[in-house]
Amino acid sequence: MSENKRKDAAGKSLAARLTGVILMAAIGIFCALASQGVTPFSIVLAALTVCAALHALRTRTMKLQNGKSIVQPGNSSLLIGMLMADIVVASAVLTGFDFSILVRRGHQFFVILEQIFQPDFNYFPKVVDPLLDTIKMSILGSVIGATLALPVSVIASTNINRSGVVVWAQRIVLMVIRTLPTLVIAKFAALIFGLGTFAGTMAIIVFTFGVVSKMMYESIETIDMGAFEAMESFGASKFQSFWSACMPQILPTYLSYCLYALEMNIRAAAILGYVGAGGLGLLMDERIGWRDYRGLGMVLLALFVVVLIIEQTSQYLRKKLS
Amino acid sequence: MQKQENQTAQQAALPRDARYDIVTKYLTRPKLWWLYTLIVLIVFALISWSGSTVQYKGLAAKGTEIAKGIWNGLISPDRSLLFTLNEEGAIVSPFINVTPEGVPYQLLQTVAIAVLGTLIGGVLAIPFSFLACEKIVPKWIAFIFNVFILLIRTIPSLVWALVWIRVTGPNAFCGVVTQSICSIGMICKMYITAIEDIDVRILESLDAAGCSRFQKIRYGMLPQIIPNFISTVIYRFDINVKDATTLGIVGAGGIGAALIQCITSSRWSMVGAYLFGMILLMIVIELFSTWIRKKLARG
Repeated sequence: MSENKRKDAAGKSLAARLTGVILMAAIGIFCALASQGVTPFSIVLAALTVCAALHALRTRTMKLQNGKSIVQPGNSSLLIGMLMADIVVASAVLTGFDFSILVRRGHQFFVILEQIFQPDFNYFPKVVDPLLDTIKMSILGSVIGATLALPVSVIASTNINRSGVVVWAQRIVLMVIRTLPTLVIAKFAALIFGLGTFAGTMAIIVFTFGVVSKMMYESIETIDMGAFEAMESFGASKFQSFWSACMPQILPTYLSYCLYALEMNIRAAAILGYVGAGGLGLLMDERIGWRDYRGLGMVLLALFVVVLIIEQTSQYLRKKLS
Repeated sequence: MQKQENQTAQQAALPRDARYDIVTKYLTRPKLWWLYTLIVLIVFALISWSGSTVQYKGLAAKGTEIAKGIWNGLISPDRSLLFTLNEEGAIVSPFINVTPEGVPYQLLQTVAIAVLGTLIGGVLAIPFSFLACEKIVPKWIAFIFNVFILLIRTIPSLVWALVWIRVTGPNAFCGVVTQSICSIGMICKMYITAIEDIDVRILESLDAAGCSRFQKIRYGMLPQIIPNFISTVIYRFDINVKDATTLGIVGAGGIGAALIQCITSSRWSMVGAYLFGMILLMIVIELFSTWIRKKLARG
């Protein structure tokens, strides 16, 4: 009986293994052949992938001293390596990767970079206003986005909300929101609300909302629910028990996530102007258009200092919170 | 102040064991109301300060029209970009649209940029992270490299792309080199944490067993850091795919270029098709990366 069971388990794992190996080999061969057609190189690559797959399937049976025989599964690291090689080759073909360009024209890289690293300090007075705009946009966006995120994340956590449908609907919406790049949201906002800081703030609100909600519902699910249940059993309402039993547990994490979101937002807000959503990005776009890379250097230097200050403050506060 | 004195008096008046009573504990709990008030005041001050510039000036001239267009585009995306269609609009073989203008090709290119960028960035980050780790090199060297890494991180990826466009021209290759540089910052930060978390006792015991330097690295260090490194690189790959979609805005290849072009020319059904593809790709990649990282963490 137990012998049979063991054989079943072995058979199942063998089938799963076989599927995995065939899938990996198929992806590898597809990458090798589809990216560059049938050339000698791609054929060699595909053949090597097949060899690696066969190697991964080869099992060895060993006889132990006590008479039992065990089957050692094949080693699939070679196959994974070949798969990676296939994918890299396909990516290089698809993106037109050409190392010789870097060697030939590499010196061009330093032309702009050199000027960026010699900032034009006379330009500083013009940087102040957009810089303040960027900071204001990210603060307001972070506060509003994070505030909206708190109730939503409570609804989206499985240990407080027992209704599976609501939880999963909520999570899918959050996932879709998170996949939209901030620049695309900002572009839409700039088209709908007109150019300026309001559009940027909207984009930051959406971005912060998505990120903080996800991090929050993940950490709400790890809290200790004992106190919550005890309060419910005493007859407290769901909200009352959440407020006094769960809030103290999640508040430090929540505040720390808010600060983390603020850190990210300052960086994000700086480039939003690139699509017309106000702040430093507007200035960057303009300086690049004028080919005034020393002015651009000044903008970046100001941003660097602000990011450094905000990051240090927020890291200090987050250390205090934990 | 008065209140607190009262409480201390109350406490002293109680019999000794009652001092540990739950009611007494509750009455004498630390009161931090001034701290909370301060935080609330600071937050309100910040909000009102930032609210001064960020003002709602109503919708743009064609705002509602554009919003409607975006919504319609998302609901009914341009199917010809996604699939191969015949004249009647039915899907025919080879099913997905494989031309360079089609969404699948653009998505593949975006992923390819992220793959190469992350890989090169991950390899370049290894020497930097060892040189910026205070446990391995003297403090001043670590400090110099930390500042260098911070510099790399502060320059936005769009600016890096502009710097590289001079070298490579506006194509997908530019996206690859841009992402290789941009990834270094964050990958280094996480590599350094992984290196600092190494259990030194294992190295010491290998030392005691008489292992050579190479053996110590091979059997003592690598098994500890490699899962962390791979997990970091996969996490960054996740982020890079997202970034690669926006790099196209400055002409560095990927789906972003086509998307922005369609947005500026108000072809909303095409925008819908591109967004649909992007959302699908990002969800698949996120699920995949979470799955692999979970597997790695469990060993």
